Amino acid sequence: MNEHTDAGLRDVLGQVLGLSPARLAAMTAPTPLLGALPELDSMAIATLFGALEDHFGVIFDDAELTGDTLATFGTLAALVQAKRAG
Amino acid sequence: MIVAWPCSGGDEFAAVFDRDRRHRLLIVSPLFAEMNRTRRFAIDTMRALDSAGIDSFLPDLPGTNESLQPLASQSLHSWRTAMARAARHFAATHVLALRGGVLVFPNALPGWVLEPVGGASLLRQMLRAAVLAARETGEYVDSADLLETGRTEGLRLAGYDLGPALIAGLESARPLDEGQREIRQSELGGPALWLRAEPGHDPAQSARLAAIIASGIAA
Repeated sequence: MNEHTDAGLRDVLGQVLGLSPARLAAMTAPTPLLGALPELDSMAIATLFGALEDHFGVIFDDAELTGDTLATFGTLAALVQAKRAG
Repeated sequence: MIVAWPCSGGDEFAAVFDRDRRHRLLIVSPLFAEMNRTRRFAIDTMRALDSAGIDSFLPDLPGTNESLQPLASQSLHSWRTAMARAARHFAATHVLALRGGVLVFPNALPGWVLEPVGGASLLRQMLRAAVLAARETGEYVDSADLLETGRTEGLRLAGYDLGPALIAGLESARPLDEGQREIRQSELGGPALWLRAEPGHDPAQSARLAAIIASGIAA
């Protein structure tokens, strides 16, 4: 993954979820997100995608905001990376 | 402390630190979920301003917080009118608008705006939250359909009852700042509290914001 995508994603996740730097740094591609983080209710997910849009200057489609996308740090990073490339 | 102030639909409430001092700051809060997430941050900032010799006033937007008015009958226009009225009532000399507060603040006052946001962005997030919540119950709706309904009938989005006038207003509302100094989150030296799913606070950020305002007022 692109380093900029990785760093930006950690930054936004940290802000939305209030995660400590240590917990953020420990995230790797297989780290589960949805299901593992009780804070991720529908409003928090909408906030997360809005913050990612602002941070990376991309726009997500409703259809992209799925449980699959949010399954792990790696799946979310892949979506952001694809959006940035597109 | 909490005081009542007169508004068109009846009294509204405001959190205030008022010692009848020369500098009097009206704070216009963020909108919707961001309002709750930043409430404590705003109050901590007011406390820090109080220590710096500045009075401050955080009025409820009608239909929110302790207000007795229905949210569904509010619009950006009614909020602008209310905030202008609060500014006069409290004899504000300066204003600080936080995030979406910049859509409804009295922009004739000198002051600051923190990370201004447009109405469309706030509305999109609430529409998405509603789409995601519906999916959890196995129902499929999309943002465009919801918005279409909202324009004519209003909508309950993410727990907020938004009337058609408010939805229409948000769709096109841009920040109203005119010469106020824009403060970026990075100047506060911490993560953006309005993004945080669980309302948090950060006294260091509040102190930093109060210091920016205190030095600006003194200048």
